[in-house]
Amino acid sequence: MTRDIAVVAFAQTDVRRTTDELSEVEMLMPVLHSVLDRTGLKTADIGFTCSGSSDYLAGRAFSFTLALDGVGAWPPISESHVETDGAWALYEAWTKLLTGDADTALVYSYGKSSPGSLRDVLTRQLDPYYVAPLWPDSVALAALQAQALIDAGDTDESALAAIGTRSRRVATLNSHAQIRGPVPQGDYVVRPLRTGDCPPVGDGAAAVILAAGERARELCSRPAWIRGIDHRIEAHSLGVRDLTDSPSTRLAAERAGAFERPVDTAELHAPFSAQEVVLRKALRLDDSVRVNLSGGAIAANPMMAAGLIRVGEAAARVHRGESDRALAHATSGPCLQQNLVAVLEGEPR
Amino acid sequence: MSEVLKAPLVVEFPFTRSLGPVQSAFLTGLRERVVLGVRASDGRILVPPVEYDPTTADELRDLVEVAPTGTVTTWAWNHAPRRGQPLTTPFAWVLVRLDGSDTALLHALDAPGPDAVHTGLRVRIRWAGERTGAITDIACFEPHDGEPARLTGSTGEFADPVGGIVAAARLDYTYSPGRAQTAYINSLADRRTVGERCPSCRKVYVPPRGACPTCGLPTTEQVEVGPRGTVTTFCIVNIKAKNLDIEVPYVYAHIALDGADLALHARIGGIPYDQVRMGLRVEPVWTDGARYPDHYRPTGEPDADYDAYKELL
Repeated sequence: MTRDIAVVAFAQTDVRRTTDELSEVEMLMPVLHSVLDRTGLKTADIGFTCSGSSDYLAGRAFSFTLALDGVGAWPPISESHVETDGAWALYEAWTKLLTGDADTALVYSYGKSSPGSLRDVLTRQLDPYYVAPLWPDSVALAALQAQALIDAGDTDESALAAIGTRSRRVATLNSHAQIRGPVPQGDYVVRPLRTGDCPPVGDGAAAVILAAGERARELCSRPAWIRGIDHRIEAHSLGVRDLTDSPSTRLAAERAGAFERPVDTAELHAPFSAQEVVLRKALRLDDSVRVNLSGGAIAANPMMAAGLIRVGEAAARVHRGESDRALAHATSGPCLQQNLVAVLEGEPR
Repeated sequence: MSEVLKAPLVVEFPFTRSLGPVQSAFLTGLRERVVLGVRASDGRILVPPVEYDPTTADELRDLVEVAPTGTVTTWAWNHAPRRGQPLTTPFAWVLVRLDGSDTALLHALDAPGPDAVHTGLRVRIRWAGERTGAITDIACFEPHDGEPARLTGSTGEFADPVGGIVAAARLDYTYSPGRAQTAYINSLADRRTVGERCPSCRKVYVPPRGACPTCGLPTTEQVEVGPRGTVTTFCIVNIKAKNLDIEVPYVYAHIALDGADLALHARIGGIPYDQVRMGLRVEPVWTDGARYPDHYRPTGEPDADYDAYKELL
């Protein structure tokens, strides 16, 4: 790696159950303005723009091109898009900055899940031959993983409930979270997962700005330097995988340098309570690490943005001097199918 | 602000997908009540079988029959089945390792309740009555109190193998167009075309989408434009569209309404198709009960100068 690249700014919307009164670009625009304002940059100053979204969520074809209206993309800008979580857009932007083609990048992502039925929409990302025709919804697949963990003795229903309870308790300090504070654990949605084990469905957006080298120091008093970032994928057939483990997360973390020195903070993208159990094991996180001080995805899980928010939350803690070395994790697909790990550091104070 | 508009939106499509040789053999086998796996590079038998090795990416072609009986490796009780799922009564989602396989297949298990299900439960395939060569040829699994079922001795060669599947997909949405487009649509109901002006570059966008694509700023100032406008460019449509009761050929045009900085598009009527030209002045024709103009027709004014609309092409 020949260039140091940092997250220099982060912004996010409040995550809400519905945003009927806003189009996607209307929901996104305030976040774009907010993240630019934090650095004093204008769209024209940005070297590369990369976004993450999925048209299936709101059922709106080519919605990402309409969302570009909020950036101010004319005259034409250097721009790209990923049809997955914005954390992968950040990865693409990071590689673009590494090439030296750009010194700054705007990364944003958004998800408006409220117009559709998210549990059903997400079945469309599954193997179209053997799995999607059965319409196994996202909660059902997460429940199969949770039961596998219970059978393996890795957790039980009360331990899972405690994960959700702790996450939503710390989310009281996060004004953007959708569920803040205690909620009843509730009935089974798909057994063994109860309401309290599942993420809320909500609409939201997030944006970060990356900058390289001296540019990062100009734009941010304490940049969150990306010391490593990597993403890996599991075999696509659920029945081939050991659902109680996440080899792809472990490998991504290893390649990102996460195990070289301890981190003090971790933001894990675990939409379902049981997935935090898997990730803590794969990432070897012990009680000395502050995990999901934001409340995590179980308190707010805007599709396509929740992973980027993990990176943003970790970076913001470095910016504020609350963390010196933080791990951010993002996931996509059923049962932690694909995983991205980034290690962020602040310079010594 | 006026009430948020909402409308049902159904996205429905029959995906026609071709199959690779391993997928074809597996799904044809299901049609014939035979379950095939594939031998992976490390010797494991994978069911459902894949075309390429999940670890080495080697091409896999060595088909191996496995039994229609097996063991549950994990499960989840679904008390409220959803549209499209294998059973309409409460059931368990299961991963099942069939006898002779080293990996597990996802499907539904028909059981009286969650207390009747556990990891390690012995199950067997319940075949669908009508089978076409699809994963749904397995209706579901059911509890099986017994030994592994016998194999049929299939080699994986079948007469009339399936070459593809048609996977119907339907998603239902309740669409709302957002603030700017809601205001636009509501104005149209009063037969007024209302755009929005960018606070920075002052351009008026019609229809408005809430943001100026040049400046990246919210457009908030509403500006009524038209009703008359100028044809900036056009095309002649010669192919009749399905479900559209308009005689061909007809003209579809970009129209810059007076006061707008973006052309919208609409059909041109009231003039022979071969007489429509750039610069033609037009006005909307409304029909009773419609929420938007049926088409635009010539006003009879002299044509606009090219310089008056060249920036809007």
